[in-house]
Amino acid sequence: MITANAVTKRYPGGHEALKNVSFEITAGEMVFLTGHSGAGKSTLFKLLAAIERPTTGSIVINGQNLAALRRNAIPYLRRKLGLIFQDRKLLFDRSVLDNVLLPLSIVGHPAKDAPRRAQAALAKVGLPNREKAYPIALSGGEQQRLAIARAVVNRPAIILADEPTANLDAASASEILGIFRAFQQVGVTVLIATHDPLALATLEPRILRLDKGEMSESPSAALAAQSAKACTP
Amino acid sequence: MSAWLGDHLRALREALRHLAATPLNSLLSLLVIGVALTLPTAGWLAIENLRKLTGDTPGVQQISIFLNVDAGQKERTEIDQRLHDADAGSWQFVPRAEALQRLQESEGMAEIIGSLPKNPLPDAFVVTPTVSQPESLERLAETFAAWPKVAHVQLDSAWVKRLDAILRLGKRVVLLLAALFAGALVTITFNTIRLQILARAAEIEVAKLIGATDAYIQRPLHYFGLLQGALGGLCAALLVTIGSHLLTPPVAELARLYGGGFTLHSLASDEVVALAVIGGALGWLGAKISALIHLRRIS
Repeated sequence: MITANAVTKRYPGGHEALKNVSFEITAGEMVFLTGHSGAGKSTLFKLLAAIERPTTGSIVINGQNLAALRRNAIPYLRRKLGLIFQDRKLLFDRSVLDNVLLPLSIVGHPAKDAPRRAQAALAKVGLPNREKAYPIALSGGEQQRLAIARAVVNRPAIILADEPTANLDAASASEILGIFRAFQQVGVTVLIATHDPLALATLEPRILRLDKGEMSESPSAALAAQSAKACTP
Repeated sequence: MSAWLGDHLRALREALRHLAATPLNSLLSLLVIGVALTLPTAGWLAIENLRKLTGDTPGVQQISIFLNVDAGQKERTEIDQRLHDADAGSWQFVPRAEALQRLQESEGMAEIIGSLPKNPLPDAFVVTPTVSQPESLERLAETFAAWPKVAHVQLDSAWVKRLDAILRLGKRVVLLLAALFAGALVTITFNTIRLQILARAAEIEVAKLIGATDAYIQRPLHYFGLLQGALGGLCAALLVTIGSHLLTPPVAELARLYGGGFTLHSLASDEVVALAVIGGALGWLGAKISALIHLRRIS
């Protein structure tokens, strides 16, 4: 589903955010990407979402090599991904429902059917009956749910989430992780970048660890816990 | 196809919503565009009216042949025959009695004519030649002048040429004005679209991040420019119509004093449509350029 091969990202000025990173994620897997802040998690997230391009190496998603993707093909790639951004990127000048309607409008989903579809997505993330509210009126956890609803309303096969539990209390964070788990159980591939040790400890996931741009893999839960400890400041 | 149409409808709705969201700003923009389009439109209308006033076909030239006062039926027939032989074009014989009558009908002339002891006017032929080059006309006039019993030949081309030159100059001025204000309209739209992109940067960024194509983002902006320009054009049509309505009574009064029945011609419905179309096209152009330049800065 997602294959990275010898990916290096060098920024102008010579800083290498990712060094020779390779990994493979198969369909239906749930994978955590962990590491200190500044380790390259967000850079990898940006490369996977085709927001930036790798300096060398290749990233293949669904058979498409992102390094060779033409500029006008990028929107169509992003439509296949459910992207959840670290800063959520909600639109505060429109209602909860309108936020979720945006991706449907972008893909040209029939306007008649769109509200029903958006309501279903909101129900799935546990935000029913808040359609008319504005994001500013939502709690942090609810805003995160809204961001997830917007990401999944087009039913993507892959969800990429950057620090989805940041700034949430333990209860909200574990609820959010539960939502991701539910999507994985119905066959969605989920990649979550996080440095939240709680997430790693409770879900026993496969973990990819980044350290100063270099990747190592923790195959077992024990190592996951260790990695979680290492990430705790 | 229906998805494409659906997206255009979506873009149009969005553009209308943005137009209605800031009514005062929109109204001011429309007024500015309207005023910008009013000047060349009014100039064009003035030229059209002048042209109508001086006859519908400026540039058509005539040669008047005045006969001696003592010329009789025989000479008249001879001139007629000679015109026919010379293949001079079309002509009309104006008897001296008819010329006097026409002059009497002119404002202010009746009394003067009435005080004259006898008709001082000669018989005349008014020739509309087939040729139009000034040199050919001069030659033709010389030929006529050499005929017997011809007292005077007048080539009515000088004033026609002058008027034509003035009208052409006027047209050129209007054209320059139009180009200038078309540039202004494009610039105004360019700037409104720039401000709109700045105000909606967050929305545009998010839309791009979740898979919006450039067309999806630009289409509402294009429609906004188109609508603003077209409505501005209608605004100009309204201003010009109001202006010409205000000018109609004094112009009619002036025409009456000069003994004419001239009425000011205002904008016809197809001209109003043309204004809206031109305004819309220029607005669309401004929006297109602005979107191309400013959206590139939002990654």
